[in-house]
Amino acid sequence: MRALATREVAIVAFAQTRHTPHDTGLTEPELILPVINEVKRRTGLERFGFTCSGSCDYLAGAPFSFVSALDALGAWPPISESHVEMDGAWALYEAWVRLQHGDVDSALVYGFGKSSLGDLRTIMTLQLDPYYLAPLGLDQLSYAALQAAAVGADRKELDEIVRRSRADGRANPYALDLPDPEGEDLAVQPLKQTDVPPSTDGAAAIVLAAGDLARELSESPAFVRGIAHRIEPHYLGMRHLARSVSAADAARAAGVGKGPVEVAELHAQFPHEEIILREALELTGDTVINPSGGPLAANPVMATGLIRIGEAAQRILDGQARRTVAHAAGGPCLQHNLVTVLEA
Amino acid sequence: MTVPSDPLVAQHVLEFPGGYTRTTGPVIGRFLSELRGRRIVGARTAEGRVLVPPLEYDPATGEPVTGEYVEVGPAGTVTTWAWVHEPLDGHPVDRPFAWALIKLDGADTALVHAVCPEHPKAMEAGMRVWPVWRDQPSGHITDISYFVPEVTKIVSNVRSEYRLQAGGALRVFLEGVRRGVFLGGRCDQCDKVYVPYRAACPACGNAIPDTLELPDTGTITTFAINNLPDPRAPQVPFVSAYILLDGADVPMIALIGDVPAHEVRQGMRVKAVWVPESERTASMANIRWFAPTGEPDVELS
Repeated sequence: MRALATREVAIVAFAQTRHTPHDTGLTEPELILPVINEVKRRTGLERFGFTCSGSCDYLAGAPFSFVSALDALGAWPPISESHVEMDGAWALYEAWVRLQHGDVDSALVYGFGKSSLGDLRTIMTLQLDPYYLAPLGLDQLSYAALQAAAVGADRKELDEIVRRSRADGRANPYALDLPDPEGEDLAVQPLKQTDVPPSTDGAAAIVLAAGDLARELSESPAFVRGIAHRIEPHYLGMRHLARSVSAADAARAAGVGKGPVEVAELHAQFPHEEIILREALELTGDTVINPSGGPLAANPVMATGLIRIGEAAQRILDGQARRTVAHAAGGPCLQHNLVTVLEA
Repeated sequence: MTVPSDPLVAQHVLEFPGGYTRTTGPVIGRFLSELRGRRIVGARTAEGRVLVPPLEYDPATGEPVTGEYVEVGPAGTVTTWAWVHEPLDGHPVDRPFAWALIKLDGADTALVHAVCPEHPKAMEAGMRVWPVWRDQPSGHITDISYFVPEVTKIVSNVRSEYRLQAGGALRVFLEGVRRGVFLGGRCDQCDKVYVPYRAACPACGNAIPDTLELPDTGTITTFAINNLPDPRAPQVPFVSAYILLDGADVPMIALIGDVPAHEVRQGMRVKAVWVPESERTASMANIRWFAPTGEPDVELS
């Protein structure tokens, strides 16, 4: 494929809520407002050339629920705005594409979700194919367990991923405070209860800026040097569940292997997904994985992937790293994967 | 439905009363129609692969599938499975079961469905499974209620009745038992004493015309602890042993009693425990079992 010249775009600000394992009673606009205000304050921008959000109506059980979230933005006079019924990471991709047009220089991206409103395990059944899978009542935990079985990972390795993620999460003021995993309580075998990501409410916002504006707004912007997403067949029986071909393809297209990766933030909701993704992204032992704690320490659905990009960018914004990688996933069993390479 | 106690908390339900109507299109419609006829079909792709369940497009190439439908299964092989201990309301069965990827015979892709073995230990990758159909298929993926393991064994009941009659030497022996004695016989040529009494020597064929009364004491030569119930035994576990009656050259098999099974040993001295005289018959039931005498053990050669 011919490489296209792309416009330089960078992440210049990132904010996230202090995620909670329960419903605090805030409406979605109330949940989003503080993070929008925070990225506005950090960049000094009040208006953006483009705005894009990611959320899922099924989480709230109400159609077009994302529209009311616009109350937090100041959408009058009319703004140029869009929405993806996906994790906010794909809203960021859309914003990046929009900035490639060259006529606007800034974009606001946000993602949000309240898992606490219902039973995420069964709500996610609604995203499955309505002919073959959803009528069986195949739930999120069950299809994740099928993938875990296909991977056949060593139990000690899985436990260690959960232990490390929760420990990192305790050190992250935005993630949940979860104890070290104990016990052998099985969820859907081979997964244990401690392998299940915590139910989480939360939101995140990111500001993208192009070219010179990026350097004006931030001392060390995190430039998007590569971004790509790939998808696999929806139906689980038509894929090799133990591997992620689409994550590997996206990583190659984004150029993950073109340099050392200091930090990788992976959208691994279950520990076996981290094993699959490490292999797909060809990450070596030198790469620090999910220092934020990752989704096993806080999983605000529809913001989790965007937070991975934000966390990976923050290492560069803070001057701690030169080159990081973020991964976001959507669909059952890592069906759809988005990989972003960020550089100082 | 639970009624929240906090007046500021409300129950909200998203539901399509009567269900959400979806059109199937020709490909999925064909699959579901075949299911209603209790057949499973896949769609042939331009490259010749068989997709089950069929999709409109080959996921590998994006090309439309051909119009050719191929009957597959109904049996298949489990490639991956996960065990559900606590089924949810929407699951296909209300008892513990496995989700599985099942590659039906003749298919190139795997079907996702439930497998219900009698026990989770029956689940393994590579196992063969067959569908169990809903009583009245309607054209829905749940027309297959679930899959069950392939039949690999059956249980055959065997029972025949016979009428046995103790004549000859056995009758002589059992008449002895009725009187409370064990009758044996000596072979003149081999100089061996056999018990129970028999009419001919099993070693040389010499006729043994006369009986010989043997004492009801003896020594255990070997024994077995039985853990399966037997209608003739008092309890489980019980011990059956070879007992060499004093004066005999071949052991006789009998039960051992009045002693814990783990204390029975070779060389142990035992004596028959007879039922009360009033209950005696010409049957081995006359001897309840052999019980230890308490004498010192005998060194067996």
